[in-house]
Amino acid sequence: MTYITKPKLHHPSLVKNQVGYTRRDYEGAISTLCAGCGHDSITAAIVSACFELDIEPHKVAKLSGIGCSSKTPTYFLGNSHGFNTVHGRMPSVLTGANLANRELIYMGVSGDGDSASIGIGQFAHSMRRGVNMVYIVENNGVYGLTKGQFSATADKGSKSKRGAVNTDDCIDLVMMALQLGATFVARSFSGDKAQLVPIIKAAILHRGAAFLDVISPCVAFNNHEGSTKSYDFVRDHNDAVNRIDFIEPRAEITTDYAAGSLQEVRQHDGKVLRLRKLSEDYDPTDRIGAMNYLLQRQAAGEVVTGVLYLDQDSQDLHGSLNTVGKSFNRLTEAELIPGSAALEKINATLR
Amino acid sequence: MKPTDISNPDYFHKVVDCQWACPAHTPVPEYIRLIAQGKYDDAYMINWESNVFPGVLGRTCDRPCEPACRRGRVEDGQTKEPVAICRLKRVAADFKSDIKARLPKVPKQKNGRKVACIGAGPASLAVARDLLPLGYSVVVYEADPFAGGMIRTQIPKFRLPEAVIDEEVDYILDLGVELRAGKRIESLKAVLAEGFDAVFVGTGAPRGRELDVPGRKEAAKNIHIGIDWLSSVSFGHVTKIGKRVIVLGGGNTAMDCCRSAKRLGGEDVKVIVRSGFEEMKASPWEKEDAQHEGIPILNYLVPKAFIHTNGKLTGMTFDKVKAVYDDKGRRNLVPTGEPEQQFECDDVLVAVGQENSFPWIERDIGLEFDKWDMPKVDTSTMQSTIPNVFLGGDAAFGPKNIIWAVAHGHDAAVSIDKFLSGEDIKVRPQPGVSVFSQKMGIHEWSYDNDVALDKRFKVPLKEAAVALKNIKVEVELGFDVATAFKEAQRCLNCDVQTVFSDNLCIECDACVDICPMDCITFTEPGEEKALRQRLVAPAVNLVQDLYVSGALRTQRVMVKDEDVCLHCGLCAERCPTGAWDMRKYLIDMTHAGPKCRPEQPQRKAA
Ligand SMILES: Cc1cc2nc3c(=O)[nH]c(=O)nc-3n(C[C@H](O)[C@H](O)[C@H](O)COP(=O)(O)OP(=O)(O)OC[C@H]3O[C@@H](n4cnc5c(N)ncnc54)[C@H](O)[C@@H]3O)c2cc1C
Ligand SMILES: Cc1ncc(C[n+]2csc(CCOP(=O)(O)OP(=O)(O)O)c2C)c(N)n1
Ligand code: SF4
Ligand code: SF4
Ligand code: SF4
Ligand SMILES: [Mg+2]
Repeated sequence: MTYITKPKLHHPSLVKNQVGYTRRDYEGAISTLCAGCGHDSITAAIVSACFELDIEPHKVAKLSGIGCSSKTPTYFLGNSHGFNTVHGRMPSVLTGANLANRELIYMGVSGDGDSASIGIGQFAHSMRRGVNMVYIVENNGVYGLTKGQFSATADKGSKSKRGAVNTDDCIDLVMMALQLGATFVARSFSGDKAQLVPIIKAAILHRGAAFLDVISPCVAFNNHEGSTKSYDFVRDHNDAVNRIDFIEPRAEITTDYAAGSLQEVRQHDGKVLRLRKLSEDYDPTDRIGAMNYLLQRQAAGEVVTGVLYLDQDSQDLHGSLNTVGKSFNRLTEAELIPGSAALEKINATLR
Repeated sequence: MKPTDISNPDYFHKVVDCQWACPAHTPVPEYIRLIAQGKYDDAYMINWESNVFPGVLGRTCDRPCEPACRRGRVEDGQTKEPVAICRLKRVAADFKSDIKARLPKVPKQKNGRKVACIGAGPASLAVARDLLPLGYSVVVYEADPFAGGMIRTQIPKFRLPEAVIDEEVDYILDLGVELRAGKRIESLKAVLAEGFDAVFVGTGAPRGRELDVPGRKEAAKNIHIGIDWLSSVSFGHVTKIGKRVIVLGGGNTAMDCCRSAKRLGGEDVKVIVRSGFEEMKASPWEKEDAQHEGIPILNYLVPKAFIHTNGKLTGMTFDKVKAVYDDKGRRNLVPTGEPEQQFECDDVLVAVGQENSFPWIERDIGLEFDKWDMPKVDTSTMQSTIPNVFLGGDAAFGPKNIIWAVAHGHDAAVSIDKFLSGEDIKVRPQPGVSVFSQKMGIHEWSYDNDVALDKRFKVPLKEAAVALKNIKVEVELGFDVATAFKEAQRCLNCDVQTVFSDNLCIECDACVDICPMDCITFTEPGEEKALRQRLVAPAVNLVQDLYVSGALRTQRVMVKDEDVCLHCGLCAERCPTGAWDMRKYLIDMTHAGPKCRPEQPQRKAA
């Protein structure tokens, strides 16, 4: 952790975005995590993504549970709404907030402990309900905050810092998210911002449940030999299936790509995601294919990263509940108490 | 780009912009930290060792360090201002206690070598100061009755009180200078014949340039050459001037002339300059000081004639010009065609330039002069074409300033010391480098790494009403202790270097993410030009180096743009492996003495 606050001074070339803020304006309080923690890099990636998308900070709500990862919302978007729930309960509080006010961008930040252990039920239901949110799991394979016990995402056979071998099978949250109906599923690595920042941007723009599993090494308890969540291991076993090159309404292709190496995926709002394929026959619109591929590569000890699945016709919870377009928290007495005539009408349909 | 060689002392020296820019390479951040700690004696001694006249320079230095200061590149908002390096130097001098016991001891046993210095200005005094503690006997000849050179004769007392000059000149004279004051040297040949082992010429640039326009001779009584007039004022020979005064010229001498005139009875004093206001040679703060005292500066006026009746000066006429730039970007002043302008006046001070003059150096004794009639002097050794004759200060390369005179003095002393030890004087000594890690704990450093956001503090001034009444009243009051502390805290500690060890880095990006100035990038290696463009923030300041590491595990390299680093240490605090460390590189120039001679063990460079 750091005692001094980050000086306000900045590089002379620092620019403002379309809503008048600099990248620095999207920062939060200074991190108190261990120096070198992957979570801080994810924080920096979220800052860049929100800056680049010209998001107004007051239009974002960031929610989290408990853990080092769940502390990070303090370190970004210092001018946004925030809620720190009890352990593993971020999804239900976020779902409630989203129902009450659908106008905000919801960012749920969680850890592998927070989501794959105590909060696994909450995680599952938020995915299957299609809550419109970005669900980021900062996955380090341990309970960092409580000093490094194996979490449920730790690979079977991987070693703890003190040499103990993990004998339990692991939970792969990406597989679960795919199974449960998440409409945007991606995995990335805190040490690869070039991949991570565009993925966060795409997830923010996605309507519905967007799930991001970001491998994020815990330098204090899980960055040793024998760990499968260390900087070195992930770098050596990273199988990136694609990279997002543009997220634009109608961006021109300015770079030459080998035939068949580009895939364009249109989003609900007309924005096009242009993916540069790294793995030739990986198709991120094919859910079952994606699951097969993941299982195969996982068996080979690889960490598959990239945009893994994307449903172009995604729905969200408000859509399936057919709620009014206006946010609940803006409904006035006039709309909420339509009067006896309206009641009569409803009653008539029930007779 | 190849990995940076940080064992070359120049690499980190350049990062300390102020110290690099200072001709004498004063360790600026080191003394500023000591001022913040209230250790004025220590701060003074660091200055004294490198620039010899801290009290004088803290009031008068041309301060090449300040435009170089990093603070002036990193501040927020419209005004970006450097640390008040110069005026902090004065703080050390003002608040120190008696430091005499810390001055070097001069050996009783002389080394048998005799050196003559001609002229007792700062250049000669620096030579004497460096050589006396080594056992040399030093004779200083001075035409004036006192030592000090232009520090004493030219700089007005309202900028530099006599007591400050006396104190710092005496520190040197008391080391055992044999001062032969009141003795103008008329022949270098004769001095050489006296059998000195080496001679240093520090006679300055003593001649004021003339202005030859009609009426000059007829009205001579009320037309004065600026530097002659200023020295007459200094010595008390001139105590008043007419009510209406025109000062011609745009340099620092003109500024001193007009402000002096204002104090000696001039009521309507104006400066008239040929060039534009912006191109004037005077330092911006000197122009400001003059204007602050109600002295207008009129520009683009070329003197045409002195007007006089019955031998009495009554005014001057000028042609109005404008600046026109040719295709090569050179400026020409061309008449605007407007009618000439006339200004009434009682006296004119001519401050249009200063020149060297060496009538006393015979042209047949082996000391060669160039086509501009300047002695040929080696720019690094200060040696003339007579091997044991050295020059420095304004005498060497024309009028400059005190700090350059001191720097030349150090260089000449090194040459004399080596020369008289039978060594090759072309081999110049490396500076001494001492390295201290600043790490005390996980987030504790032995320097104050928090960056103060204060804007530059102004030095308080004596009220104009009082200051303008007496030419000896010092205008600037200097910082008080509390303001000095705050100003000192603006210093970014640029000598506390970010040192990178590529074998320790795990490429976690923590340093990149935390750096407030976007200095650090991990990227594929490449050529400098391309690299500069693809950093986190483009490195557009080409005079500032890129720090490039060796290959890391991913075959990328770490590239740091030194340009706007705050030396806040956050990169090192956030680094999990200690791949960044904050290390103070204290760089000390090697002066004359055993350390400048190679057969003596050199101080180890880091
Ligand atoms: C009006 C004015 C204001 C200035 N203000 C500043 C300022 O604020 N800050 C700054 O940094 N610089 C200032 N300068 C410049 C600065 O004073 C000089 O650059 C500096 O003093 C040069 O030092 P020096 O040792 O080379 O020579 P000088 O200081 O010129 O000393 C040379 C000495 O040699 C003596 N001498 C010359 N010929 C002989 C001889 N034949 N025999 C014996 N003695 C001889 C002279 O009497 C003189 O004392 C100013 C100059 C002027 C004219
Ligand atoms: C109800 C409850 N049970 C247990 C804890 C103890 N606890 C705090 S953080 C944590 C695990 C956090 O792990 P993870 O979500 O992976 O976060 P990390 O610190 O690794 O980022 C646990 C078990 C708690 N705070 N509350
Ligand atoms: S304990 Fe691990 S997860 Fe927590 S801050 Fe430290 S490095 Fe990050
Ligand atoms: S000291 Fe480190 S963190 Fe601070 S500005 Fe310099 S490079 Fe950036
Ligand atoms: S913080 Fe340290 S280990 Fe991490 S990238 Fe920077 S230098 Fe390397
Ligand atoms: Mg964890």
